[in-house]
Amino acid sequence: MALNAKNLNEDEYFYGHKACAGCGGSLAVRLALKALGERSVAVLPAGCMSAVGFNFPQLCFSNNAIISTFAGTASMLTGIEAGLRARGITDFQAVGFAGDGGTADIGLQALSGTIDRNDDILYICYDNEAYMNTGIQKSSLTPFGAKTTTTPAGKNIRGNLRPKKNMFEIVAAHDIPYAATASVGYINDFINKVDKASKIRGTKYIHIIAPCPTGWGIRTDETVEIAKEVVDSGLWYLAEYENGEFTLNYRPKEFTSVSDYLKKQGRFKHLTDEDIEIIEKSRNVKWERINKTFKNAGGK
Amino acid sequence: MKPYLRDKIPSVFDEIPASPSYEAGYLVTKNSGWRNVKPVIDLGKCRGCLQCYLQCPDGVIFKRDGKVGIDYDFCKGCGICRKACKFGAVEMEAEK
Repeated sequence: MALNAKNLNEDEYFYGHKACAGCGGSLAVRLALKALGERSVAVLPAGCMSAVGFNFPQLCFSNNAIISTFAGTASMLTGIEAGLRARGITDFQAVGFAGDGGTADIGLQALSGTIDRNDDILYICYDNEAYMNTGIQKSSLTPFGAKTTTTPAGKNIRGNLRPKKNMFEIVAAHDIPYAATASVGYINDFINKVDKASKIRGTKYIHIIAPCPTGWGIRTDETVEIAKEVVDSGLWYLAEYENGEFTLNYRPKEFTSVSDYLKKQGRFKHLTDEDIEIIEKSRNVKWERINKTFKNAGGK
Repeated sequence: MKPYLRDKIPSVFDEIPASPSYEAGYLVTKNSGWRNVKPVIDLGKCRGCLQCYLQCPDGVIFKRDGKVGIDYDFCKGCGICRKACKFGAVEMEAEK
């Protein structure tokens, strides 16, 4: 049966943490652990979720959880899975929660190795689109135009010059057993993807957009609705990769305004109409490709 | 099951573990001092749809008698629950 608010595990495994009010990353971690249950072993590299979850003696995970090196989320997951299996323990799920920097920049090599070995682990990237924990520096998942402390907005250069790295398809290109994208704006979709992933053997990867009020320049109560809007405007999409095929899970009937989405956020306030046009164009190119290559993309 | 507040705060050297591991879910501080506003639920309007419970980043909203309650010890007052409620059952009130 599909997971929803009514039948989701009532236990809380990530509680009392010191994340900023309205943190999308902590919502993603909380929901994923509720879907996985107490037999999950969490690995958290350097990043917001380890910084806010383990301030000894304030330890906010009620399942087993450990901090890894920044680059080593996936390799530590490999070790945990192999170690527990060697001890004859089988009823567990090794799950990693790394940010966008810890996944697409610093942890990419270890993740690639784990997928190559097809270790039985679940890797969740909570993507808040910059290194938020250290004070909002650009990562390779920061979208075009976003202002960060390392891509400031001025007269000549208006925020980040590079597009967001296509992490989902990079992972899929390994021919991974299961990969998916998600957003904290579509919670039922996310928790059911986590549940589905936990029942698949081999390496699983879920990439979830998790807005950061502090870094995005939004109010603390806007996290979930902005995460919904990024999907509705077509700048992010909900999809899965399985058995060598991409499947689109949700198609907005009509895209909502990209400009409205961007203008709500402090990090995009400086963008000109031409900049917004560039972003809209790149969205359209992306969706042309989705329409050609993804199953269900015809709106079926 | 969830992490909960403990009476004992390890503070002297002997109480700190030699290995880098410790009991899971060990809380010693609250987060209630972080907020300026707090959500208050009008149980007359609450329909028990649980959207606030689902969307709370801190997990402080819990099911109670077919509706919901809030653990104010750990609520940070972000206001996501107010926006999540389609029935207008959550209001944010200033902390005094």
